[in-house]
Amino acid sequence: MGQIEWAMWANEQALAAGLILLTGGVVGVAGQFKDWQFAAYGVAAGVFICLLEYPRGKRKKGTSIERTGQRYLTVCVKAFGPLTRNYYVRAGLHAVLSVPGGFMLPTVLGCVCVAIASLIYLLAAIRGEQWEPIMPRVESKERPGQSMKEPPTNPPPRPPAELRRKRQEDAAYVNPIPISVNSV
Amino acid sequence: MGNWVVNHGLSALILVVWMGINIFIFVYFYLFYDLGPQFFYTRHLLGPALAWARAPAAVLNFNCLLILLPVCRNLLSFIRGSCACFRRSMRKQLDKNLSFHKLVAYMIGLMTAVHTIAHLLNLEWLNNSRQGDYDTLSTELSEIGDHSNETFLNPIRSPSTTPSYVAFTTIAGITGVIITLSLILIITSSMEVIRRSYYEVFWYTHHLFIIFFAGLVFHGAGRIVRSQTKDSMYEHNVAYCKDRPLDWGKIPECPMPQFAGGAPGTWMWVLGPMVLYVFERILRLYRSLQKVILRKTVIHPSNVLELQMQKKNFSMEVGQYVFLNCPSISQLEWHPFTMTSAPEEDFFSVHIRSMGDWTRDLISKVNEAEKGGFLPRIAVDGPFGTASEDVFDYEVSMLVGCGIGVTPFASILKSIWYKFKESNQKLRTKKIYFYWLCRETHAFEWFADLLHSLEGEMEERGMLNFLSYKLFLTGWDHSHAAHVMVHFDKDTDVVTGLKQKTHYGRPNWEKEFEDIRNAHPTSTVGVFLCGPLALGKTLESCCARYSDVDPRKARFYFNKENF
Repeated sequence: MGQIEWAMWANEQALAAGLILLTGGVVGVAGQFKDWQFAAYGVAAGVFICLLEYPRGKRKKGTSIERTGQRYLTVCVKAFGPLTRNYYVRAGLHAVLSVPGGFMLPTVLGCVCVAIASLIYLLAAIRGEQWEPIMPRVESKERPGQSMKEPPTNPPPRPPAELRRKRQEDAAYVNPIPISVNSV
Repeated sequence: MGNWVVNHGLSALILVVWMGINIFIFVYFYLFYDLGPQFFYTRHLLGPALAWARAPAAVLNFNCLLILLPVCRNLLSFIRGSCACFRRSMRKQLDKNLSFHKLVAYMIGLMTAVHTIAHLLNLEWLNNSRQGDYDTLSTELSEIGDHSNETFLNPIRSPSTTPSYVAFTTIAGITGVIITLSLILIITSSMEVIRRSYYEVFWYTHHLFIIFFAGLVFHGAGRIVRSQTKDSMYEHNVAYCKDRPLDWGKIPECPMPQFAGGAPGTWMWVLGPMVLYVFERILRLYRSLQKVILRKTVIHPSNVLELQMQKKNFSMEVGQYVFLNCPSISQLEWHPFTMTSAPEEDFFSVHIRSMGDWTRDLISKVNEAEKGGFLPRIAVDGPFGTASEDVFDYEVSMLVGCGIGVTPFASILKSIWYKFKESNQKLRTKKIYFYWLCRETHAFEWFADLLHSLEGEMEERGMLNFLSYKLFLTGWDHSHAAHVMVHFDKDTDVVTGLKQKTHYGRPNWEKEFEDIRNAHPTSTVGVFLCGPLALGKTLESCCARYSDVDPRKARFYFNKENF
């Protein structure tokens, strides 16, 4: 498995884990469970992880596919510089975030999933990967071959009107309607 | 609307039937647990969450049965083969096996979520009941089982425990956590992004399904969903006794109620498909152990490797694919490749492009062997059927191949060549339109030879009209254009050396479909694509638009390869 960028899988896992932690937290809070404080934490941590993981990083090789509407979050995540770029930091962050989830049943699954994501990020960090933002692409050249859709806005260059008017004796025919400068 | 029915009717019907069965199972089991009198006391402890947990469980049973079936490709191939007398649209349904597998997987994911959430609530409420947080009836019900001769209702026996502890010390809890975790890992590694780029991660992680099914079968073994026994319901009048929980066992109308757990039922659903799948894997293993002779290897430009192989008792049809395994690269990985040889040849061949780890390793091993080493051993599983088998059944066929996606059609064109030479009567096809779309010129070369010989063959027999092909270079730039302009007057194409000129840019499908419809106003036209999804959607919509519901007029059927 030489070519794999582990961060891609870590990212999918972390996003899923964030959602699971969030859902577990919501269940714990809405159901007014005994240790609901941990559930409330689960909601907050879940939302945070989802926001952090939503923007996909740029792949080293191959095309990177953005998630819908990730551009705004990319800007936010990029603003933290090395904290978000470095995967050791992310691995550590996820490991720490996962711990409080383990204290109550609804969030325990989220806890384990975040921990697994942390492990995969650690693997990615060891392999030297880092998070690069996907910046909006420069507008590509117009595709050749598309038909012209607009009619021309300017008339073609012509000599002035006096030179264009035909002289009566040279005309091959006589116009029934007299021509003026404005006639079509 | 009529066109939609013609092209998608059967798929839609299958989806409706599947969804209908799911809904029926859900509602049936929901009502069973929500209204059943034997669950009256259980419902008092758990509320609607009991039914909300059991109904998805039943739907999960059904879908876990279904999920193994579409990936038994040998079984499907067998059904497909014996479907020869069925209408062609029936066989097309079996192409969509992977789409169905994914759909069932989504349903499993969704139902797992509902089931798990409901049980989270259940465990919390059971624990609270045991600790006496709720009304007297709940406390009394939870205490049943503390004395001898009593059968418990509340599976949580200790009054000082937590739901987490219970979850991890019951069979249902621990298997539940493990299989849900496996399911999550399977799903995250199966996302399109991961699957397309890192096939190995997807493939290996997917084998967690073994843990999933093992855990699933044992998930209900603890029998912790309890209901009142029949005898007990006869003796203990629930309507009267529910208001007097403190008198139970003291008054003759209300002896202590007795409870029993539901027997595990999942194994009945999934045992059959599990056995079928085990057979499938054994069959793949058996086929892989059979000897494959590597007759010839050719490295074409653009790093395309051609392998010509022979295997005893191997017989193929046009456009079928095989799975290749190279133990010296990886013991467990099998990768699919369409065969590029015709059935009439005494060998079978595949053309492999360097796309990922496995293909790169294979090409480098073959390169080393050419310098004086040993060729790697290859194992073959297959052949498996695809839509291309149908190409000769249509009077008119449109074949569209993109880049390396042209390989199934290489097989077809070669087969045509042989059938011509033998004047084979089986050829129902009267006309073939072939479109090859490619980004760069290098990839043409190994295929150009085939087209050369076909051109010659057709000219000899005066049948130049049988096959009409158009080649499209979709990635041209100004230097290409300049080159073409200079050599405009030459008889043969500058890029391929063929008589048929190369087109530049993408085909105008509307025009192509219109022309074909005008040329063949009463025929059934089969459209075959091996290429990207986006193009598939375009062709599918063109098929729908240019088809007529009237069976006597022109109709287009769309067939797509999927890997």
